[in-house]
Amino acid sequence: MRILVCIKQVPGSTNVEVDPITGVLKRSGIPSKINPYDLYAIETALSLTEQFGGTVDCITMGPPQAKAIIDEAVCMGVRGGTVLSDRKFAGADVLATAYTLSQGIQKVGSYDLILCGKQTTDGDTAQVGAELSEYLGIPNVANVLSVDGVQDGKLVLTVNLDEAIVSLEIALPCLISMDADINTPRLPSYKIRKTLSADAVRFLGFGDFEDQDPEHYGLSGSATQVERIFPPEKVSEKQTITGDAQTQTDALLTLLGAHKML
Amino acid sequence: MYNRVTEADITALKAICGETNVLCGDAINPDYAHDELGGISHMPEVLVRVHSTEEISCVMRHAWERTIPVTVRGSGTGLVGAAVPICGGILLETTPMNKILSLDADNLTVTVQPGVLLMELAAFAEENDFLYPPDPGEKSATIGGNISTNAGGMRAVKYGVTRDYVRSLTVVLPNGEIQTFGAAVAKNSSGYSLKDMIIGSEGTLAIICEAVLKLVPLPKVSLSLLVPFPDMKQAIEAVPQIIRSKVTPTAIEYMSRDTILFSETYLGKKFPDTKNDAYILLTFDGNTEEQVDRDLSTVAELCLQLGALDAYIVDTEERKKSVWSARGAFLEAIKSSTTEMDECDVVVPGNQVDTFIKYTHQLAKEFGVRIPSFGHAGDGNLHVYICRDALSDADWEQIKADCFDRMYEKAVELGGLVSGEHGIGYAKKEYLRRQYGPTPIALMQGIKKVFDEKNILNPGKVCF
Repeated sequence: MRILVCIKQVPGSTNVEVDPITGVLKRSGIPSKINPYDLYAIETALSLTEQFGGTVDCITMGPPQAKAIIDEAVCMGVRGGTVLSDRKFAGADVLATAYTLSQGIQKVGSYDLILCGKQTTDGDTAQVGAELSEYLGIPNVANVLSVDGVQDGKLVLTVNLDEAIVSLEIALPCLISMDADINTPRLPSYKIRKTLSADAVRFLGFGDFEDQDPEHYGLSGSATQVERIFPPEKVSEKQTITGDAQTQTDALLTLLGAHKML
Repeated sequence: MYNRVTEADITALKAICGETNVLCGDAINPDYAHDELGGISHMPEVLVRVHSTEEISCVMRHAWERTIPVTVRGSGTGLVGAAVPICGGILLETTPMNKILSLDADNLTVTVQPGVLLMELAAFAEENDFLYPPDPGEKSATIGGNISTNAGGMRAVKYGVTRDYVRSLTVVLPNGEIQTFGAAVAKNSSGYSLKDMIIGSEGTLAIICEAVLKLVPLPKVSLSLLVPFPDMKQAIEAVPQIIRSKVTPTAIEYMSRDTILFSETYLGKKFPDTKNDAYILLTFDGNTEEQVDRDLSTVAELCLQLGALDAYIVDTEERKKSVWSARGAFLEAIKSSTTEMDECDVVVPGNQVDTFIKYTHQLAKEFGVRIPSFGHAGDGNLHVYICRDALSDADWEQIKADCFDRMYEKAVELGGLVSGEHGIGYAKKEYLRRQYGPTPIALMQGIKKVFDEKNILNPGKVCF
């Protein structure tokens, strides 16, 4: 089975400041890493090839520095990957990102299975996977808890529908987005890091794509625009509940109910 | 010898600490009769929750006048029965004194009350760009408890133990007098170090009410390396070579596959790799990525030369959590894998760790019991657990005693000591006595008598 995993480079720390004037994340000087949600997809892909054979590649869109996460994925056992990098891709929303990925994927080869993470830690939209599948014209399932089997050109999946866990079959080729915390991703290997070669990473830009209309990429190709980015308000208010166990339990239940946490 | 707690005593204690902070009889949760390891159990006559140094002073003055034994308790996470009120009397709980009082960024110190939890102090230091280096596995222990046992933890290889970070202690003496030993200064040659006598005295000399602790600037980069080996022998034998390479990791921990699997079951969470029999987990810290990566690469190369199968890089918050949360749960995980267990917390010279571990494997075979272990391979402090599993009462007591005798004898033979960081408390007194002999024990008893001539503070522990 030929598997492709879509990954993204995100800030390595949760304490990223937002520029109060431009609303842009201050990424400079902040270490970066593979989006943690994508690690579950990489682990799923590698486990599948261990069970059923095949190859795992990865793809990302980002600045040239995004090569680092392809290297990181290779250290985890992925064969190699592609960075889609071009100034024309800058400022892309989910739609333009999905479209750019679809153009890149058509260029890098054909795959039986495309895996995505649930969402990213910096964008949190959880839409790229579904939109990408639309552009590629293949079926997609989100919130996948596990891939339980591969038979007759189909995958058997366990899927979290929030109110129910269901078992589904989906025909290959397809795209699935893995839920969070479904496995423990393997660690990058120092032994592989020692042997990393530039050949494992391929760069593609606008000029390599089939669709040469720049209006379909980056800010121009985006259906939405970010008006403002701001950090969530930090609430440090504390409330102490006193009394005997019954009183405390009742008060806590009332409080959680009032805040719609139950 | 001691007076029993009377109604009049209860009334007096309530007048000092408030009605709701003094509990008797059935109102005392049975958990107060023991610490984390169980085994040694005795209920107090009265439980007193204190909120200030002045309250502790008044309670002690009363106990001193009435000759009532007093045992101090923090979170109750001890492992040698040190906080068990074996003579009854007053159990004085310091957990309500849980405030971080001040941060002195000029002198790199933080002032805390004894009930502050280690995890709270660690988080506070980090929020302020500092590091409180002592890092015992039990993060819900109180700082008062850590100081009382001179807890060490995982970063001892590079940063030392709790004693190295205590600048001064405000204490209440057994007669109720309040004193401060040491000062918030970097050097001190001013007479006998009374502060250092309190550290590690397990609540037998005085009650810690406030501590000024040293902090260090928070290293900007910290990475771990999980190194799999085909077997424990090769893993342990690599440790002295790593130390000899002159790279100083902050931590070198060893762990067996069995222990990792217990932890997976206990936490319900998979460890990133369980394919191999033995692992060494190392951490490196520093201020630049280049420097830390250089250290990590040096050790990774060395380990590969010494037979390691790979070296996995633990570099992000998520990866650190997946590895270190399992490491932090080892004690509880082993405990939940058996019906009862007891622990040997020996410390041996760093280059004798492999000899000692191999010896425990030999004992496990000889006695037909499980003896899992893990620990601080880098500083020679090993946590070895004898598991009861299905043994009868009589067999358990006999095998436990025989195994402990043999392990402590071996530790002494290798140039080690009875306890590396958990203390002596009640459970390990006999082993301390055997190792030290009459003169050191008599000196300890003499010191205890000078602090506490009525022997009311945590009686029956350490050297009595």
